[in-house]
Amino acid sequence: MSEAALSRKAGSRPLAWRGRVLPLVIFGLLALVPVLSGADYALNLFERVMIFGIAALALDLIVGFGGLVSFGHAAFVGLGAYAAGILAFHGLGDTLLALPAAILLAALFAAATGAISLRTRGVYFIMITLAFGQMAFFTASSLAPYGGDDGMTLRMRNTLAGFDVFANEHVFYYATFAAALGVYVLCRALVGSRFGRVLRGARENPTRMAALGYEVFRYQLVAYVIAGAIAGIAGFLLANATNFVSPAYMSWQRSGELIVMVMFGGIGTLEGAVLGAAAYILLSEYLSQWTEHWALIFGPLLVAVVLFARGGLIGAIDRLRRRRP
Amino acid sequence: MSLLLLIVQTLNGLQFGVLLFLIAAGLTLVFGVMDFINLAHGVQYMLGAYLAVMFYALTGSFLAALVLALIASLAFGLLLEFTIFRKLYDRDHLEQVIATFGIILFLNEGVKVVWGASPLSLPVPEALSGSVVLMPGLLYPVWRIVIIVAGLAVALLLYGLVTWTRVGMLVRAGASNARMVSVLGIDIRRLFMIVFGFGTMLAGFAGIMIAPILSVQPGMGDTVLILAFVVIVIGGIGSIRGAFLAALLIGLVDTLGRSFAVDILRLFMAPSPARTVGPALASMLIYLLMALVLYVRPAGLFPAKGRG
Repeated sequence: MSEAALSRKAGSRPLAWRGRVLPLVIFGLLALVPVLSGADYALNLFERVMIFGIAALALDLIVGFGGLVSFGHAAFVGLGAYAAGILAFHGLGDTLLALPAAILLAALFAAATGAISLRTRGVYFIMITLAFGQMAFFTASSLAPYGGDDGMTLRMRNTLAGFDVFANEHVFYYATFAAALGVYVLCRALVGSRFGRVLRGARENPTRMAALGYEVFRYQLVAYVIAGAIAGIAGFLLANATNFVSPAYMSWQRSGELIVMVMFGGIGTLEGAVLGAAAYILLSEYLSQWTEHWALIFGPLLVAVVLFARGGLIGAIDRLRRRRP
Repeated sequence: MSLLLLIVQTLNGLQFGVLLFLIAAGLTLVFGVMDFINLAHGVQYMLGAYLAVMFYALTGSFLAALVLALIASLAFGLLLEFTIFRKLYDRDHLEQVIATFGIILFLNEGVKVVWGASPLSLPVPEALSGSVVLMPGLLYPVWRIVIIVAGLAVALLLYGLVTWTRVGMLVRAGASNARMVSVLGIDIRRLFMIVFGFGTMLAGFAGIMIAPILSVQPGMGDTVLILAFVVIVIGGIGSIRGAFLAALLIGLVDTLGRSFAVDILRLFMAPSPARTVGPALASMLIYLLMALVLYVRPAGLFPAKGRG
């Protein structure tokens, strides 16, 4: 019997655990970080965890629930970052303007590219999203006034309605936290809604969904645009967290990392996306302090996760819980 | 934009295209026959170059280095197949992508540890160094011509193998419907191993041949890998013919685009924006091409898979 069938047989217990306790634990711990350690280094590290958590949540929405493996997801993050960066460069560095701009730019790019990409299936979808990601990457590299290849440093963080509140690391940390929590709640609601069920149905059997009268393409496109918009939020936050925007944010390796994060945590679980982002960033940070050749350990670890730990971290936790009732 | 420059760049584009074909051929077969996305194909190319440098240092002969590096590439590829990839064939694409991504991370770092992070170089073989005069005023490096000829020879050889031999027939059958081949009593695992080993060797060969022109450094396989994927997607997954035509197309478009984009844009644009837009457009050109091809033909130009 497959893992999935087993967990279904065990009733909704793991799900209730996963849907209630786990998010409480994750976000509870994230909320406590500034209390446990007020050091800017720790705050910055966990800001990155949450920012990539947001981007991974968006990716999990389309990969895990829509079955659409996007290999160009980093482009949306980069677009969000550039929207914030370019506006700030021209002296328009207020959140009330920059955040909507970041979301809108990423969403528009997602709508345009999604409409084309969704004509293809499977591997071809992976490759065409990669192609659009690369186009965004090279466009950003050519923006000579905004640093070109090298990217550009931002003078200061975005203001909020004219007040320079995000200069305080604690305030910015909790703003990022609120964004992550909000995005998580939004994704959870989307997945549980009728929209989410249609999306999952289309993943399993698009022909049947079409026969039932759903326009699969339209649902998938909307999901793709939502995912892009959410990644745009992550980009806005990333530009602020690092005070820096760079084409490197959009490189295909970044897109690959985002997929790894989702996979690491457990695909199609939402909590897994956040856990995976945390595991990826904390682990690579820890390993890189320990040895400069951290990839020698990290690479085989990825292979091991695929070979021996199907379902990622969430899958492993589920298995542990089943063993000890 | 003189005629001479155009000819030189066309030759360069051809050489680049041939190189891409050597890498893409293995990739498209592995992908088409085994339905296996092998991101680690690019590091096989890198490894080929490093092995050639190492064996050249040991033997002092390019030919010996070539042969030994080919054998070592094949052995390493088969080792990977035997220990890891074999377990991944039945998994979904996403898991294959992650596992082979892990192998990229490991090997890129691994060559840094073994051979150091700074770029290495391999000298062009004495007899084939220098340039020849192709036309009055047109000098062209011999080694690049060697690459073009070797690549075309491999393409012909592959074409012959795939069209006229029994293994080639099985490969074609496997690309259009692997399960059916297996049901008909063919040991599909052994076929997979042959295809995989051959593909690995071709990627290694590409790395060895390009080593005298490029600097050999960690990560050199990553860019080429993405380009090879663009090639096989445009050509249609599993199709050698498609890979060949798409590789030449991509090689020419990319090389000519990079050399002439600014000049062409300047015909209908002020020089200074042309200088900014040109290079970006040139880098993007092949991706635009891929998006366009997939928009018109969502399964590439020459899809090998049967319907369903």
